[in-house]
Amino acid sequence: MNGGGYAFDAPVGTSLAELLRERIGLTGTKVACNEGHCGACTVLVDGEPTLSCITLAHRVAGREVTTIEGLRDHPMVDAFVRADALQCGFCTPGQIVSAVALVEADAHPSSEEIRHRMAGNICRCGTYPKIEEAIRQWRG
Amino acid sequence: MARLIRTEKEVEGRNEEVWIVVDEDALEQWPAGPRDVVGRPQARNDGHARARGEARYTADVHFPGMLHAAVLRSPHARARVKRLDLAPALAAPGVRGTIGPGDAPELGTECEYEGAPVAAVCADSLGEARAALALVDVEWEVLEPLLDPDEAVARGSLIAPPRTHERGDFERGLAEADAVVEATFRTQTVLHNSMETHQSVCRWEGDVLEVYTSTQYVWGVRQEVADALDLPPDKVRVVCDYMGGGFGSKNSPGEYTFVAAELARRTGRPVRCALTRREEHVAAGSRNATTQRYTIGARSDGTLTALGGEFVNAVGADGWVAMTEGPMVMLYDCPNLRSTTYGAKLNLPPTKAFRAPGFVEGTFGLECALDELAAKLDLDPLELRRRNHAHSEPGGDRPYSSKNLVECYRRAEPHWERRHEVRARSTATVKRGVGMASQVWYGGGGPPSYAWIRVGSDARATVVTAMQDVGTGTKTAVAMVAAEELGIPVEHVTVAVGDSLRGPYATLSAGSSTTPSVAPAVRAAAADAKRQIQEMAEQRYGANAGKHSLRELLGVLGNAQILGTGSRGPNPTGMTVLTFGVQVAEVAVDVETGEVTVERIAAVHDVGRVINPLGASSQVEGGIIQGVGHTLSEARLVDPASGDILTTTLDAYKMPTIADVPEIVTELIDIPDTQLTNLGSKGIGEPPIIPVAAAIANAIRDATGADVRALPITREEMLRALAEAKERSREAAAAV
Repeated sequence: MNGGGYAFDAPVGTSLAELLRERIGLTGTKVACNEGHCGACTVLVDGEPTLSCITLAHRVAGREVTTIEGLRDHPMVDAFVRADALQCGFCTPGQIVSAVALVEADAHPSSEEIRHRMAGNICRCGTYPKIEEAIRQWRG
Repeated sequence: MARLIRTEKEVEGRNEEVWIVVDEDALEQWPAGPRDVVGRPQARNDGHARARGEARYTADVHFPGMLHAAVLRSPHARARVKRLDLAPALAAPGVRGTIGPGDAPELGTECEYEGAPVAAVCADSLGEARAALALVDVEWEVLEPLLDPDEAVARGSLIAPPRTHERGDFERGLAEADAVVEATFRTQTVLHNSMETHQSVCRWEGDVLEVYTSTQYVWGVRQEVADALDLPPDKVRVVCDYMGGGFGSKNSPGEYTFVAAELARRTGRPVRCALTRREEHVAAGSRNATTQRYTIGARSDGTLTALGGEFVNAVGADGWVAMTEGPMVMLYDCPNLRSTTYGAKLNLPPTKAFRAPGFVEGTFGLECALDELAAKLDLDPLELRRRNHAHSEPGGDRPYSSKNLVECYRRAEPHWERRHEVRARSTATVKRGVGMASQVWYGGGGPPSYAWIRVGSDARATVVTAMQDVGTGTKTAVAMVAAEELGIPVEHVTVAVGDSLRGPYATLSAGSSTTPSVAPAVRAAAADAKRQIQEMAEQRYGANAGKHSLRELLGVLGNAQILGTGSRGPNPTGMTVLTFGVQVAEVAVDVETGEVTVERIAAVHDVGRVINPLGASSQVEGGIIQGVGHTLSEARLVDPASGDILTTTLDAYKMPTIADVPEIVTELIDIPDTQLTNLGSKGIGEPPIIPVAAAIANAIRDATGADVRALPITREEMLRALAEAKERSREAAAAV
């Protein structure tokens, strides 16, 4: 987890989001629907964007989990702030995790690719145009 | 000098007379245009905290021993609790407390909508609480629900007496008309769906109740909780550090706060009560559906002679009757007007304010009807609006504090001119067109709001005001204003908000009022501190005071500080304070499938001085994107027989994603309102969502000739309108 190792004895049925937020206290990962519809809880599991609210904690045993806490110094965070790609900010950690996965796969994604790969992260404040701008200019 | 005034206070279009103590606002406004800080793009000062996941939202508040509550809600649109036994739930694993009807405000046995709260359970974990809820032994008497708004009006089931407006002689105006448009429009129920659901954590610290809550009104929650629990207000501390969106739905404490407070009292432990996303779809409020019937008359030159409307708001079990007629009453200069607005009381979840309540719905109807009129008179829609421009408040001579709608129209022209080129890009099956709509709304804010500022010997300042930043960027705007007044970098201003124990009263974040209410108080506080610093400098350096930097002047203070206070002055007397704007939309309509794509929206708004152009453009984009959802995809669906809510998840209730967003062009007029406060700034939160639906629908008419009459514009509605237009042109051809 974010470069460190953890051992947990979690009851069967514990979600990864619950484990992160309630057991470890990593509350940067947000839960907004708790049923896999909105993307707010997105984390990386072995580099792949994953909805932590519908991922059982047991499924990530032995795998590498990266949360927003592990990406705090990633240039994407600055890019989001510079572009004003956040308003209330509740969906933002999930947006940034998804955006990081996107640029790790393709450092210069096209507008279409951004719109396709980011469509699973809902932002009710409507920061989308600036999210697209942040991802285009993530390297400053 | 403090002055006690009786003033009209407006919130979301509701006016009330209140007594307020104000300080005269003696500061001159800054000249128009960008200053050192104010008027220049500024990234938000809490951006990193939010983006890095460090910001503590109510959802992140955790205390040792905290319990989790779950609420038993009515599964029926109308039902009575005949028998209720909480004992099996109390005996379940992990359960620490239960409460039932009458134990906390809003818990009851007469359920008037699906989702009405009845009882609550708290347990060591949320899972245990929810499992225990299923064990509550409850017998329902299911009653016949009232669901149809027109039937409710016919039966006299109303939230309030019908509201009427009358000016001039409507019948005579209609008789004078060369053309009359009669049209009925329908809008749907839509949901706020803030990303952070409604929630509170309550704990008792001695005789003080601490309420950590996701709210748009720290002080409203304090007052309502104090009233409900019969506590002195100072014994209720309300905290909202970071807030995950509200859009109007979080102006009151809600049953979740009362449930958490009561269970915390009974168990002696902190209690969290948070709505699930599915509860959010039934029990968190909504924008009500409307039916709008217009009769509009005009002379052949486009001069309006009569505006008539009958409006039915499907309010639901509770709420208020929003000003659906507002745009018709306020937007155009027409001497003859008659309107009646009914608020239907139904067995559906309550209405709560939602980003320009009433005006979003009413602008859709009015501005579509006006374009139908323009088509009938063969007039340019933009020209029709110019000819009916109101130079003072319609029906009187009360002046506006400022109004630059004509300038908005002028700035919209290049976007409007694109219609020839846009139409030319149509194909056999995809028709393109351009439409426009005007906007009127409140947004001037008002007193009271207060701010404190402290300036230390390092020439850094901390602004303290117990407002809340619901995501709009107000915290950044007030930091910019303080920095500008003090002449220090904005990075040297810290802003502390969201704690009723640790800051002075500030307004609610509704009605686009936070920045225009609080920022002038912050400027006044900064000016108060600056005056003290200048006085101090003159005593120390005499005539040479001006030669020393702020840092040098303050350096002698050590750990002492300069403290400034400020308050929001009154609004100008005898004047109407409003915001205006216009939007131009470009659409593509697939006439075979009925699919509508919004390709571009240009938004031109007049909100006085713009403090932060970057944050303001974000507000415009956000409003437009919510408007696109309202226009094309969002709808709460209800079973018309049972009243069951059918859309309770974010895959059933379709909000825009990044893939649905058009190109958005923002232009702000940025002329200070010289009559309004020491800043001349109005709010930008709500105006941008208001004209979206009408501009899109009018673009659809431009593209296809079809009259869209209902939101959302689903493929079915689009195909219906296309078929109707085809039938109309066939009849016209036959008549020739």
